[in-house]
Amino acid sequence: MAGPKYPGFDTLALHAGQSPDPATGSRAVPIYQTTSYVFRDTEHAASLFNMERAGHVYSRISNPTVAVLEERMAALEGGVGAIATASGQAALHLAVATLMGAGSHIVASGSLYGGSHNLLAYTLKRFGIDTTFVKPGNLGDWKRSILPNTRLLFGETLGNPGLDVLDIPAVSAIAHEAKVPLLVDATFTTPYLMKPFDLGADLLYHSATKFLGGHGTAIGGVLVDSGRFDWEASGKFETLTAPYSGFHNMDFEEESGTRAFLLRARREGLRDFGACMAPMTAFQILQGIETLHLRMPRHVENTRKVVAFLKNNSFVDRVIYPELPEHPDHELAKKLLPLGCGAVFSFEIKGGRAAGKRFIESLRVFSHLANVGDAKSLVIHPATTTHYRMSDEDLKKAGITAGTVRLSVGLEDAQDLIDDLDRSLKVSQK
Amino acid sequence: MNFVVGGRAAFAYTAAHELDAAKPTVVFIHGAGLDHSSFGLQSRYFGYHGWNVLALDLPGHGRSAGPPLGTIAAMADWVVEVLNQLNIEKAVLVGHSMGSLIALDAAARHAQRVEKIALIAVAYPMKVTAPFLEAAQRNDFAAFDMSTIWGHAAQVPLAGNPSPGMWMYGDSLARLRRLAPGVLYNDLKAADDYVFSGSVGCPVLFVLGRRDVMTPPRAAQELQGKIPHSQVAVVDSSGHALMVEAPDATLDALVAFLSR
Repeated sequence: MAGPKYPGFDTLALHAGQSPDPATGSRAVPIYQTTSYVFRDTEHAASLFNMERAGHVYSRISNPTVAVLEERMAALEGGVGAIATASGQAALHLAVATLMGAGSHIVASGSLYGGSHNLLAYTLKRFGIDTTFVKPGNLGDWKRSILPNTRLLFGETLGNPGLDVLDIPAVSAIAHEAKVPLLVDATFTTPYLMKPFDLGADLLYHSATKFLGGHGTAIGGVLVDSGRFDWEASGKFETLTAPYSGFHNMDFEEESGTRAFLLRARREGLRDFGACMAPMTAFQILQGIETLHLRMPRHVENTRKVVAFLKNNSFVDRVIYPELPEHPDHELAKKLLPLGCGAVFSFEIKGGRAAGKRFIESLRVFSHLANVGDAKSLVIHPATTTHYRMSDEDLKKAGITAGTVRLSVGLEDAQDLIDDLDRSLKVSQK
Repeated sequence: MNFVVGGRAAFAYTAAHELDAAKPTVVFIHGAGLDHSSFGLQSRYFGYHGWNVLALDLPGHGRSAGPPLGTIAAMADWVVEVLNQLNIEKAVLVGHSMGSLIALDAAARHAQRVEKIALIAVAYPMKVTAPFLEAAQRNDFAAFDMSTIWGHAAQVPLAGNPSPGMWMYGDSLARLRRLAPGVLYNDLKAADDYVFSGSVGCPVLFVLGRRDVMTPPRAAQELQGKIPHSQVAVVDSSGHALMVEAPDATLDALVAFLSR
């Protein structure tokens, strides 16, 4: 018998989770645009509802097209499974709501996407879940901020927008010592550039809207569980280890062990909060994932060329990219992100807010909009857009100034991108 | 449910039901390195269809305290001891892989306690390849890889899971990671060493996966020859992990067998 071999990343990106459609032979993933599924008989219906048989009941809970995306992402990340959600924000909310309720506490990186910061700092607080924000690189702060009611540590693989590299091995060790899991937002890195589970993270999610979809056509999120965190041994997660009267008194950990988190997230979180993904969206994101392994190297290659240009431009004060030796996390990036630090980064333009405004309005190839991870190059001014709700103090913590410009480098000819930036930088200084 | 066998904590999943002396009992016995949750859908079904269900965690697995038992005979005796402990006179035993040998051995040596046996993904002899056994002995992660890859049909990584959103390989690896060092080797060695003697008089069902590379259907033929009254159900689409690869077909085969 030959030695065992797993399929490679590129093969999984194209095939995992889908067999050719048994009814039609369709090779492409069919879009099952249906709300519900006909039961064979009443016994079959009862068995599906009571989780005695596998299958689909209602597309808010599961859908065959969406399930292909979920399984494919679990395969690419090395997880036990996944749940696709209406957005990345919905994925974060689903993770939190599955793990805890009022009276709980989260320790989170202070360098977060503005939407995540809003959810943790304001909205969840209203529902009794408090968050302490820490500087992601300060391991002592992570440790000191853990309280008896802490149920989760959370950060971004590459912090938004300063690209702080999360030291996942160290932060996960702190989390595990406290018997709580580490959740990471892996949107900027994708499974192509980093495998957070291999580094110690327990849960992760993506805004699939970004590099996974890759073409700026669909909003979605994916929450993936490594299955490695032992909820029973932790003793801190009643939602997973005590009978739940809202679902046949099920003890999710007893019922399914490694699948407990996803089981509750699907059977309660999707059922009750309802932030599911539409099948058409899943199809569009799957189309993106099928070329992820081709797009990400090109994103990184173009980014390196653009970074090199900006670094030597006299109208630029500072370029913030972990591959540059002056970035505070440069050494960590070399260790955790050997394939590259992604395609989203910031720089500070000379002349502050006014120069930034002239620069952005002069660009012709870069599109000024609130997104990243598109095949097309994008630009935004965080202080007036993605992070506009943050206080000056929080902005400073996140490493943003009035002159910070964020780029998401796409797949165009790199020289065209550089020419666009060069011309617009000159205009900015007039 | 938690109970004590031989002074050690033990666990069996009962599908959230109390044991009822008026109901028949079916005992599920997992394979090497696995636990009660490998029978998730099937055990739950019987728990809600008039049966007492005991999906066991063998010693040293899941929630049952270790150390693991070193031979198939010791494991079979332990299963019978569980029946004694819970005042169950007779039960149907459903075993998967190594668990099928335990069911077989219990049926041969404790015939009065066993109503029927269903042997899922069984082979006899259940020889384990040397590289697999050696890697397990070294607690080398390669053993988990072999268990995962050979434990599923070849098409599994490039196909859909009947359970929406779940990745079979990932689940297999996550379970194996939770094992204490040496447990997988203990189980593989026990299966490899097992010698069947005696005879089985109760009804016997073989449930085999046509795409099983670990215990292919042909590897069950010798045992079928020793139990001429046995029945066989072959699931075309499945590999070794029948309960997850073909959950409905496996359940249907068990329902038909147990309802006779």
